[in-house]
Amino acid sequence: MGAATGESIGANRRGLLASWRRARFGDVLFRVIVAAFGLSVLALAALMLWQLFFESRESISTFGWGFLAGTHWDSVNRVFGAAPAIYGTIVSSLIAVVLAMPISLGAAIYLSEMAPPWLRHPASFLVESLAAIPSVVFGLWGIYVLVPWIRDPVERVLGGHLGFLPLFTGPPFGVGMLAAGVILAIMILPIITAIARDSLLAVPSSQREAMLALGATKWEMISRAVLQYCRSGLVGAVLLGLGRALGETMAVTMVIGKTYDINTSLFAPASTAASQIASEFSEASFSLYTSALMELALLLLGITLLVNIAARLLVWRIARSPEAIKE
Amino acid sequence: MSAITHARRKWTNTVMLGLCTTSAFLAIGVLALILGFVLINGISYINFDFFTQLPKPAGESGGGVSNAIAGSLLTVGIAAAMGIPFGIGAGVFVAEMAGPRLAGVIRFTADVLTGVPSIVVGIVVYSWVVLKMGHFSALAAGVALAIIMLPIMARSSEEMLKLVPQSQREAALALGVTRWRTILSIVIPAARRGLITGGLLAVARAAGETAPLLFTALGNQFWSLSIAGKPIDALPLRIYQYGTGPYNQQHQQAWAAAFVLVTVVFCISLLSRVLLSRRG
Amino acid sequence: MTKADNSHSARPSRGFLVLIAGTLAATVAAVLLSACGGSSTAGSTTPSTSGSSTTTGSNACPPSGAATSLTGAGASFPYPLYSKWTSQFDKQCGVQINYQSVGSGAGISQITAKTVDFGASDGIMTDDQVKAAEAAGGPILHIPMTNGAVAVIVNLPGVDQGQLKLTPDVLAGIYLKNIKKWNDPAITRLNPGVSLPSSDIAVVHRSDGSGTTFIFTNYLSKVSSEWQSTVGNATSVQWPGDIGGEKNDGVAQQVKQIQGAIGYVELAYAIQNNLTWASMQNKSGKYVEPTLDSTTAASTGVTIPDDTKVMITDSTNPNAYPIVGFTWILAYVNQPDQAKGESLAYYLWWSIHDGQQYSKDLLYAPLPSDVVKKAEAEIKSISYQGQSLLQLP
Repeated sequence: MGAATGESIGANRRGLLASWRRARFGDVLFRVIVAAFGLSVLALAALMLWQLFFESRESISTFGWGFLAGTHWDSVNRVFGAAPAIYGTIVSSLIAVVLAMPISLGAAIYLSEMAPPWLRHPASFLVESLAAIPSVVFGLWGIYVLVPWIRDPVERVLGGHLGFLPLFTGPPFGVGMLAAGVILAIMILPIITAIARDSLLAVPSSQREAMLALGATKWEMISRAVLQYCRSGLVGAVLLGLGRALGETMAVTMVIGKTYDINTSLFAPASTAASQIASEFSEASFSLYTSALMELALLLLGITLLVNIAARLLVWRIARSPEAIKE
Repeated sequence: MSAITHARRKWTNTVMLGLCTTSAFLAIGVLALILGFVLINGISYINFDFFTQLPKPAGESGGGVSNAIAGSLLTVGIAAAMGIPFGIGAGVFVAEMAGPRLAGVIRFTADVLTGVPSIVVGIVVYSWVVLKMGHFSALAAGVALAIIMLPIMARSSEEMLKLVPQSQREAALALGVTRWRTILSIVIPAARRGLITGGLLAVARAAGETAPLLFTALGNQFWSLSIAGKPIDALPLRIYQYGTGPYNQQHQQAWAAAFVLVTVVFCISLLSRVLLSRRG
Repeated sequence: MTKADNSHSARPSRGFLVLIAGTLAATVAAVLLSACGGSSTAGSTTPSTSGSSTTTGSNACPPSGAATSLTGAGASFPYPLYSKWTSQFDKQCGVQINYQSVGSGAGISQITAKTVDFGASDGIMTDDQVKAAEAAGGPILHIPMTNGAVAVIVNLPGVDQGQLKLTPDVLAGIYLKNIKKWNDPAITRLNPGVSLPSSDIAVVHRSDGSGTTFIFTNYLSKVSSEWQSTVGNATSVQWPGDIGGEKNDGVAQQVKQIQGAIGYVELAYAIQNNLTWASMQNKSGKYVEPTLDSTTAASTGVTIPDDTKVMITDSTNPNAYPIVGFTWILAYVNQPDQAKGESLAYYLWWSIHDGQQYSKDLLYAPLPSDVVKKAEAEIKSISYQGQSLLQLP
């Protein structure tokens, strides 16, 4: 509180200016650092994509489109083809979705529409806990619990009664496409359930009340008002589950039988792109071999990305609450 | 509308709702089945030796996974040291600073990155780190896991930061606090519970990953805390190798290791839920 | 600010929380405790960081200054033996040889990429692979460590150890998927007293690049012209069927789990896991089981070239088991790192001398003396900047 002489005002102003400049500098520095962090996400995605493309060039130029149709993976004669891997990836994931979808949607409906309030949260927690189990633990359980069960009684019964269908031919090994599909189904259950439940919960209660006021049964209310309303969210949930199934490696590798072949039977051992990469990458001893595996990874990434992008676009249409980030 | 239609509608209602209830309990039942097996098979081999001994040569009984536990802690620690700051930073950028279009692009990219198969991350990091360094290491494994953690952390941080009321920021700015000071001293502390939760969940996810470790960590039957000098072991690797082999004593250890891993992951998830549920 | 979704407001009871906190704390405490006694293998007395050159018994330990840890990767074929060796070498010399069983194929690529200090393979490197390795690190050695038998394992309840008799043709026929069921006349003809089921044969092979496959297909190529022309001899082939297992471990596990399965694994895996093997008819017409003696017989009297790259399947020795092979360590002549190269040379020397005493228990045949001589010469050639690293007489 000194006398406001010209000198001290000047000094004050200079001090203020200096501290303002410091603050501005701090702000700029902060902005730069944080922007770097933010852009690192983009950089990471770009770099990974570039790396895969770069490494795949040799394979792409050697095999061209034939890579997608090729059925042999022969490191001795240096011929590589991705068809069995793509087939295995898609078929095992589709089986997973077909098996998981009804159960997940049913569970989601139960959790959002039917469960008593005291049960809702613990039950949701339990279903979501499935998502926390590491893939390799699923695989371990798969080898010693699921596969023996599939070998006998599942494949024995299916083969015995429905063996005339090309889907169920072949000896019951236990390991194979069916086992992979089932274990993937279990693994994607929680994802589909969680996102479907969130979509269902986002439907305004007015929709429900209106339907009930018209005299609908509970199921009619659910199927005609709620499900219709959040249709795209539900489809998105299923697609996210599909996306997860496509990229899954460890559990599938442990139960799929790892034979590089296309077979109509679900009992037959198979390979997926992920299991093929996991099995072969460390022994790729020449550049074309590595390049072919990188191209396979690129294909896998492409399929997974397409599905995930479609899923996100659909899910974003439904308002999501902040905690629904569960991966 | 006749009584028959009414009855049919009622019947449909009962059946469909029954199916939904069954589905929910089926899903929970499967979880119980898996956890039950892990518990029953795993707990029989849990003993002090398991946590403190190194593995024995193939075929010999006894031994433990102390090196794998240490390796997991080390690799996840390295991953967290890289992935969490980058993730929170990216979250801050998107939530506080980026324009809407850039924010949207980054958000979308992060979402899409979470869907990248972890094996792809593993082979990319092999080229980037292992080949450049000339050997496998905990660092390479940490980088791979950090790449997996980054988008998860970025998205959850962004969401947690957005939950902080705008009024708090405005109050600070009105008082003359600079932008960066506001974020560091007001917004982030306000969101800290959510950020910690996000970090915990990302760590839990990274701790269970196996595929990226195959080509970055390689494995090590000896004790190692070396960050960049030699290959390292980890619990998921051990579960995979022991589980896919024929040795019964290794199977036991695989179940026990699975039990430990699942327990840790579950505890982290539960802890994060508890943290989130306590509203300030 | 309320949220639409309140599914997270359930608060677990305090008791539950205490239980979880307690479990976590116990786990962490156990890990921290293990950090104190971290370097203890059961029974190990030498701390790993000492780098000491304790020489017990023979003069085999690396001198002080040599690296105290090395990394090697490769064949699963000798893994039961190598894991015993590395454990013993650590106890004896305080040098940790981290050997990871990843398959011969991976062993070859990783040593070519120089991400490991040595590789291991039971398949001989092809010319292309040798060229690639030489471009990466100069001349590369195949140093033989031991030889082992490839047992043909079967999962047939009621069939005793060695009871099932198979001829080379039948084995090739099974793996070619020409013979599909166990009660096929081709098999029953050879096994009159044995009751064989009518079920399909589940053929298990390796899904990864494998030296064991190299030995197995080398044998099949010699005994079956159809195999030679359609499938051939390599570490990785186009199998006509059925199930792929990763490494010897995976094949053993699949055969153990699936009734009616057949597979091929190194003998130690069969023994350590109580798997049943078949008796193979050798070149002299005798049915031989894979044993220490029949394995040793396969390598006696064979002319070994200086580079030791030789396959010993389908031996003419009447007592020999027909599917036997050497397994090699792959190491560069010119070592990039002196300390590591020194440890490597000493470890390899120890393996072909001291290590051989552990082979018999695991039914690996000790190296014949002429092979040891060739191996010694190879190890002596391992050098750093022109100077041999092995300083033993």
